[in-house]
Amino acid sequence: MKRLTSYLRGAVAGIGALGLLLAGGAQAKVDGDTIILGSAISLTGKYSDNGKHAKNGYELAVNKINESGGIKVGGKSYKLKVIYYDDESTPARGAQLAERLIKQDGVKYMLGPYSSGLTKAVAPVTEKYKIPMVEAEGASRSLFSQGYQYLFAVLSTSEQYLASSIALAAEIAEKNGKKPSDVRVAMAFENDPFSLDVRAGVLDDAKKYGMKIVVDDKLPRDLSDMSATLTKVRALKPDLLVVSGHSKGAATAARQIKEMQIDVPLIAITHCESAKIVDKFGDSVNGFLCPTQWAETLSYSDNFFGSAADYDKLFKATYPEYQNVPYQSAQASAAVMVWKDAFERANSFDTDKLRDAIAETNMDTFYGGIKFSPVGNNTAKPMVLRQIQNGHFNVVAPSKWASHPVDWPRKAQ
Amino acid sequence: MLDNLLVLFQAPVLNIQLLLDGVLIGSIFAMAAYGLALVWGVMNVKNLAQGDFVIMGGYVAYMFTTWDIHPIYALPVAFIGMFAFGWLVYITIIRRVIDKELFTSLLATFGLAILLQQALNLIFGSDVQTADSGFDTRFLFGGMVSIAEIKFVALVLAVSLSACVVLFMKRSRMGQAIRATAQDARAARVLGINTDRVYAFTFALNCAICGAAGVLIAMIWVIQPYFGVVYSIRSFVIVTIAGLGNLAAVIVTALGLGAAEQFSAFIFGAEFQVASVVCMLIAVLIWRQIQQARKREVVE
Repeated sequence: MKRLTSYLRGAVAGIGALGLLLAGGAQAKVDGDTIILGSAISLTGKYSDNGKHAKNGYELAVNKINESGGIKVGGKSYKLKVIYYDDESTPARGAQLAERLIKQDGVKYMLGPYSSGLTKAVAPVTEKYKIPMVEAEGASRSLFSQGYQYLFAVLSTSEQYLASSIALAAEIAEKNGKKPSDVRVAMAFENDPFSLDVRAGVLDDAKKYGMKIVVDDKLPRDLSDMSATLTKVRALKPDLLVVSGHSKGAATAARQIKEMQIDVPLIAITHCESAKIVDKFGDSVNGFLCPTQWAETLSYSDNFFGSAADYDKLFKATYPEYQNVPYQSAQASAAVMVWKDAFERANSFDTDKLRDAIAETNMDTFYGGIKFSPVGNNTAKPMVLRQIQNGHFNVVAPSKWASHPVDWPRKAQ
Repeated sequence: MLDNLLVLFQAPVLNIQLLLDGVLIGSIFAMAAYGLALVWGVMNVKNLAQGDFVIMGGYVAYMFTTWDIHPIYALPVAFIGMFAFGWLVYITIIRRVIDKELFTSLLATFGLAILLQQALNLIFGSDVQTADSGFDTRFLFGGMVSIAEIKFVALVLAVSLSACVVLFMKRSRMGQAIRATAQDARAARVLGINTDRVYAFTFALNCAICGAAGVLIAMIWVIQPYFGVVYSIRSFVIVTIAGLGNLAAVIVTALGLGAAEQFSAFIFGAEFQVASVVCMLIAVLIWRQIQQARKREVVE
């Protein structure tokens, strides 16, 4: 058995090395008239679905840029190309591959991997070699408290995911002649770094309004039962229930809120879309508030892809296998646009000049505004809150982007 | 924590809710645990893939919903299908490790668990799935207590299945052979019992029971290829507390465990729902040690 596995391991390593030899060659930061970007991305393993969404987003933007004249640096037009390696959804592999991209392939410009965990593994490597990385799929706010100088993220960070639901609850309380500090909040978060980040954001905002937390449960990762938490919710009658626990949390919450007919006027849950709760539970999930990074119905636009709706159309035409465009793809495309913009403004291939150019980014895109804080996260784009209304996701907050009024109070159905 | 206790005192009716939820779910744990006790007692194989058999049954129910058939009909299909699967696993894997040392069978079933998880992941993807029964919810005590009808249906099905298994073990020739083999495999062989067949049947029966439990789990909770391990842990805890070969004790322990989980999640927070199970196991093991130490003293 042991011998067999070591043979297998040897074989895999051999094939991998062969692949690298073939893929290697004369690639450097700029090869003739082509600028080379690099990315380790999850094409197999547990993040493979989302990894592919991200890769498709990168590719769509790269092709669009190449078709429409490329990137102009020093009066010359350059095309874009991305070298991808499969990180197998494991952080250790991601870090190795980043090292290989930079040292062996000579890549000087990086795009991020998928997920906060992988980004956490890759960022120290890019930082070490002073290679700028624009990432689109790592939302954990702990990425931006390490003092990284070469890491930039186009997406909103995790603590903003449900914070807008707190603001919405305060707004509704005021409208009904109550004080925001009268609002009582029940929280159930999965016990993992991402969800606890989301929780920290909710706590901060609730504190700001002086709201009272009446339930604060942490759901174990491999538990698919939250009936005890919901029994507490039923007894304590909070004004707002927030739940975050990836797809499992969303599916479990939707199922048991329906089953126990929990009546809370506002319910906000992350990952409604990926858990497909509308398909699974139908009418019973109407009224749920779901945060999203991006929606094709938003009125964002730029003069490259056009509006969010135009991007949606182009993406579906390019990849007909998609029914809906995942926001993971949209933000990946936005990351490539940041690179194009930075190259053209820096008018140089020097990594430090490029880093500074990225830091000064201030642009509107189909994905929303992009402007980086000193620690590298995007502060120009808000998380939007969509409410499930008759089975459709409609933007209800923040009010600047809202297309529909919020249904309040939610009734159990 | 004190707040939560206070809530329980102020609204005592909530105790009924927690108790009901716990007992209804506990009945399903009892099924998987009984299967484990059976295999453990008869074959001395500690099956670490127990929870993954449960999840496999769950995916049978899920497949039925994708074909627009009510998932409750998946129960007999999962039972029979998993029986066949169990027989196959016995012939290919378990038979080869049954008379080896403990560590070999642990490794083999652990490997099997990983294999099943990855296979399910390849076939169904890592998305969380559920099989909606479409049943309603009943309310008692002015809406303070709710019982999902599906949980009640699950209890009835679990009880009747257990009753069938007990009758089978007591009355049928195969049941008698299984019990004889459990008592003394060599003597059973001398008396003309084909113990290899008995082992195969026992393991297959265990798989079948797990499959049926999985169908109920998929209708009550959600399933995912990697969720099996919690059911394995629960089964081990129940069997360790209840002992082998005592169905009544397994059922009582399972129901108690279900209720204890709900109460500790309510009082200490959901983060302690699974932790409480493991804490109970430790407490029981310590208690057993003390008991045995006393016994030894008496003997001396």
